[in-house]
Amino acid sequence: MSQDTVACDKPLPALDGLSGQFYGWCRQGELRFQRCTGCGAFRHVPREMCPHCNSMEWEWARSSGRGTVYTWTVVERALHPAFVNATPIAPVVVEMEEGVRLLSTLVDCAPADLAIGMPVEVVFEAVTPEVTLPRFRRAAR
Amino acid sequence: MELKDKACIVGIGETRYCRKPGSGMSEEALQLAASRAALEDAGLKGRDIDGILAFPNVGKCEALAANLGSENLRFAAIIHMGGATPVASLRLAAMAIATGQANHVLIPGGWNGYSGARVRQTVSTDKHSLPGGGIAWDYYLPHGLTAPPQWYALMARRHMHEYGTTHAQFGAVAVAMRRHAQLNPGAVMCGKPLTIGEYLASPMLADPYRVNDCCLETDGGTAVIVTSPERARDLGKPPVYIMGAAAGQPYPADEITNRRDFHRTGLTIAAPEAFRMAGVTPADADFAQIYDCFTFEVIQQLEEAGFCRRGEGGSFVENGAIELGGRLPVNTHGGLLSEAHSLGIGHIVEAVKQLRGAAGARQVEGARIGVVTGWGDFGDGSIAILRR
Repeated sequence: MSQDTVACDKPLPALDGLSGQFYGWCRQGELRFQRCTGCGAFRHVPREMCPHCNSMEWEWARSSGRGTVYTWTVVERALHPAFVNATPIAPVVVEMEEGVRLLSTLVDCAPADLAIGMPVEVVFEAVTPEVTLPRFRRAAR
Repeated sequence: MELKDKACIVGIGETRYCRKPGSGMSEEALQLAASRAALEDAGLKGRDIDGILAFPNVGKCEALAANLGSENLRFAAIIHMGGATPVASLRLAAMAIATGQANHVLIPGGWNGYSGARVRQTVSTDKHSLPGGGIAWDYYLPHGLTAPPQWYALMARRHMHEYGTTHAQFGAVAVAMRRHAQLNPGAVMCGKPLTIGEYLASPMLADPYRVNDCCLETDGGTAVIVTSPERARDLGKPPVYIMGAAAGQPYPADEITNRRDFHRTGLTIAAPEAFRMAGVTPADADFAQIYDCFTFEVIQQLEEAGFCRRGEGGSFVENGAIELGGRLPVNTHGGLLSEAHSLGIGHIVEAVKQLRGAAGARQVEGARIGVVTGWGDFGDGSIAILRR
């Protein structure tokens, strides 16, 4: 899959609240997830409260960056004007070693080679000076 | 208090469903025209309506009441469950009627899904008005996951991986809906049959979904009216009783990827409650109108509603089993895939037609009990079990 140049009209995260903190770590080249300091459970997407123990105390804990592909799709026809010239795009759900899953794309895998269970590791792509997205590349098993 | 048989559907109304050149009506006008047809069907007047459950984003209870002359509106609400809203509204209407909060509840819907703003042309500029809300904005859209078939494709692909569900099984759903539409003169796809070969040759949209796995985008309005069995006796049409109704949310409902059980949806919670309330089992259903935004969602809902075990939905739909004359006729009107996308209210209307024995060439002979489901947003679910 080509590293397409990201046009300015592609949607970007809002960078407000907890989302801003998550992407702030990405901008520093670190993938971090919230970890409850009450019960130790990781969570993603960022939320105010731990759904396991209802603690509102948490920390940003650094992820190993490693995971496996849990499921995927290949968008052949864009349903958003900003992606019309970017297809095919292959959004994947990555299951991280910490147990949480996140939606991303792979930087080095043709859609035809996508497979559930494929080991991947995080890389970072600065799509604007303010926003860095976590993406993934294939990893050794 | 149990809701069983405490409320019934006494009126159904539809406008024409169309694509080109469009309805030529506003969305409010479509909802009003369908509501008026439902009132006429029931033998009621606009002033009799004292409850309205409108459809999110397109419907406004106050404006509908003002046009209909509903001077005594005392129960108005909008349930935010996307395509699961109409069937969830059936339950809320039954609750209101059973507890005396309303006498006649209108559930209207209608939109210009074809001639109005189309999904592929729409760019939301507000994080919180986006389908899927702020989480989709911050975590899905930047990666190119922007629209419902793409969200659900992630679920369908995982199901294929775990259970061996196939493209041909998705195709069996598309073909069944299209066959039924050939018996429905009001269906947009009447006169346009679809073979499994044509299905498999249709272009990929969001793997594993092809164009023919996706619901239609159409213009039209649809409405139903709910009242009590006592009031129904004085009205013109045979009542269709709500035996059981329930709604539920997946967990978490606002985020797709972090569900521990990836296939557990709102219907997983709702269906057992509805069947228990009704005192029947899925095997008692003479037909099912399953919200068919995409083909796999039919397979998934058949499983989660208990018509078969999880993982068996693919084989359940094969060999004409969900076609008229099969084990469980599904979407006898053609559904969202081949009749029209009337926001899911069309599924309720078709169930009522079947239970009145008024479904014409597509009548399920002797139909006594039918199931209707709704599916919306990231997997919200609703279900009603109806009887004549």
